[in-house]
This record gives sequence, structure tokens and C-alpha cells, in this order.
Amino acid sequence: MTTEAPGARDVPSWRLLATLGVAGAVAGLLVVLVQGWAEPRIESHRAAVLQGAIMNVLGEPARYDTLYVTDAGLSRRPPPGIDAGSADRVYLGYDAAGHPVGYAITAAEPGFQDVIRLIFGYEPGSGEVLGMQVLENKETPGLGNKIEKDASFVAEFDGARAPLTGVKAGAGAGDPGEVDMITGATISSRAVIAIINHRLDRLEPLFRSYVAEGAP
Amino acid sequence: MSAPTTKREDLLRGVWRENPVLVQLLGLCPTLAVTNTVANSLAMGLATFFVLLGSSILVSSVKRVVPHQVRISAYILIIATFVTMADLVLAAVVPEIHKALGAFIALIVVNCIILGRQEAFASKRPVGRSALDAIGSGGGFMVALLLMGTFRELLGSGSLLGVPLFGRGYEPWVVMILPPGGFLTLGGILLLLGWSRQRRGPQPRVRHWPHGVATRRA
Repeated sequence: MTTEAPGARDVPSWRLLATLGVAGAVAGLLVVLVQGWAEPRIESHRAAVLQGAIMNVLGEPARYDTLYVTDAGLSRRPPPGIDAGSADRVYLGYDAAGHPVGYAITAAEPGFQDVIRLIFGYEPGSGEVLGMQVLENKETPGLGNKIEKDASFVAEFDGARAPLTGVKAGAGAGDPGEVDMITGATISSRAVIAIINHRLDRLEPLFRSYVAEGAP
Repeated sequence: MSAPTTKREDLLRGVWRENPVLVQLLGLCPTLAVTNTVANSLAMGLATFFVLLGSSILVSSVKRVVPHQVRISAYILIIATFVTMADLVLAAVVPEIHKALGAFIALIVVNCIILGRQEAFASKRPVGRSALDAIGSGGGFMVALLLMGTFRELLGSGSLLGVPLFGRGYEPWVVMILPPGGFLTLGGILLLLGWSRQRRGPQPRVRHWPHGVATRRA
């Protein structure tokens, strides 16, 4: 306020500072207390959502391993110097007999409104995408967010052969890499397809070397 | 300053006659942005209600120790603290709704209904009255959001609280859950209210101040 209300007393500056200082300290304390209570709950929810998504895109594997992505390849241990929580990871699923069924891979890139984060299953041997689930999107409700909610679009990814190409619904030539895009959500559909293709471009050589090393 | 008010008036004023959204046209950003489903409206309404009630009680209790010159900073600090707590609690308890509301929870800090009630009411009145006023205004905000959310979800998704009502033959009116639908719905509601007010004849004039104070002209 630039003008003082009539009758406002002259207040020494230290009192102004003290008031805001004390208020700030109390506010900080309260926020930290609530944060301490909420953080583990938020974290466990996030982990549960991710685990459900891994199970979903890999078709309910018996178990899965977390592998860390480094420039040199995939590794079971987190790369030195990088926090395990923030390192780039993929998840390798196994069936009941212990055979690998494919990788669950998270990826994120800009869509129409904001970054789309998704997870998809991939089997490097056959080059098939096993399934796709959108984890986070802020696309237009009712149009772009169909990439998450439209079951027939999501089903398009089951068994599609990478690299994927988006085609107008019903206009495809029957190619195994074709994915029917959603009418009215072309940009969002195309973004999902591009996210998967780009991520596989980067990871494909790593998968090949990991398999070649004789690990699972 | 307006004439002294009764407790009943303090409580009920905000709910309908001086409804923050439908009469004073304050807090329109969340009203337009997050009311595309009833569940989102309810969560937003509850979060704002909690922040308003908490801030009003606290601002009213500390009004004598906060120097006039730094009162706005102090109010914002108090409001921001309650908003951050509400944000964390929603993220921990109802993560799906928290995800749908996105940045609008954090934006409660700048909701002018809240700062308006602190500056216009809570900073001058006893704690009890301030709490009643906050309950009234918070309730009024929730009434407006639920009204918007009910219309928009019914027309835009053909459901209520996520339960489909019209069967498979209903083609959802998608525009109603998009931003234009918010403007159309609010415009429609205001039109109906204005029309009914006009039919009931002239009412005492309500004068609006920038901080959201509505006082009757003597």
C-alpha cells in the first residue's frame, strides 16, 4: 500500500520485520509438518500407479527387474553418482518360467497442450509393442485426452510392429506398424506415436547389446 | 463501513444474496476452469472453503498484532500456507482429483474472494463473526461451483459424479466441458438470475468495491 490509512500509528521498522519474520517461520514450520505427513503417501501412490502400469503393458508378468539406462547400456545397478530415484529406468518382465516377456518403458514428450507421459511394453526380438498406457496428460478434455480414455485407440498398440506410423482411422493398408489415429485428436495421437518411436530409436541398440551379453 | 450486521446475516449473506461468484463475480478463474465435472467442483469448493475459513480465523485472531503497513503481506503469507497444506493433503488423499485440478489448487492463493474477505471483514471483526462470514462466502462459492459442475457434466459427459445417466445413445455435448462451455454455462446462470431478480422488482442497490466488499448504499 502506498497510502496509509488515517490514524495508522508510526510503527518502528523492526516491528514490521519481526511480524513478517515470525509469520514466515510459523508458516514454514506448518508446511514442513504437513509435507512430512503427505510425502510418503504421495510417493507410495506414484509407485503403485507405476507398478500397475508396468503389469498392464507387459500383460501381467510373474515378476520384473528394474534396469538403469546409461550411455554404455542397461545395467542392474544404478549408474554411479546418480540418484537411483531420478535415473532413467526400464523394466524387464519375466513370465512364470523365468523367460523375459519384454520391457516396460516410460517416455515423455510434448503433446498438444503439455508433456504427455506414457509407458509402453516392447519385445525387442519381434519388434512388437505389447501395450500402451498414458500416465499423464493435459490434452483437451473430450478430444485429445482420448489418447488415454479411448479403449480402441489404446488397443491399437497391442501387437503393433515398431516403428509405428499413424494413419487415418480405417485408411490403413494393413501394415503391422499402422496405428489408427483418433479423429479430432490428430496431434495428440501423432505425439503418442512419435514418443514411442523416438524412445525406441534411443533404446533399441541398448536392448540388443543387453541381450547379446547373455543376460536373460 | 456498512451498518452493524447480525450473526445470521454474516453467515447467510455470502451464500446467496451476495454470492461471491453469482452476484459479486469474483473468483471466476476457478469457476470457469475446473467445473467440468461435479467431483472437480466439489474438491475445488472444499479446498477453497478450508483455506477461506482457516485464513479468516487466523487473520481475525492476529489483527491486533499485525501492523497496518504489512497486513497484506501477512494475509498473503497466511493464505499461501493454508493453500500449500490443502495442496499437499489433496495430493496425498485424492491423487486423481488433485491431478485433474492441476495448477488451480495453487492458484487459490490469488483467489480474490479470499483476500477480499480478509481485507473487508476478518481484519476488522471478531473471530466468531469472521468464521461465520467465511463459512457463508465459502459455502456460496461451493454452491456456484456445484451449479456449474452439474450442468456441465450432465451436458458435456452425460453423467453425474462419473455415473452415466443417458445410456449409449447420448452423444456428449463436448463443448460444455471445454472452456467455451464454462463461459456459456456461467452466462446462462447469470442471465436466469438477472431475469428473476428483475421480475421480483427493484432491490436495494448493492455497491461493489474492488476488494470484494459489497455494502448497501444508505
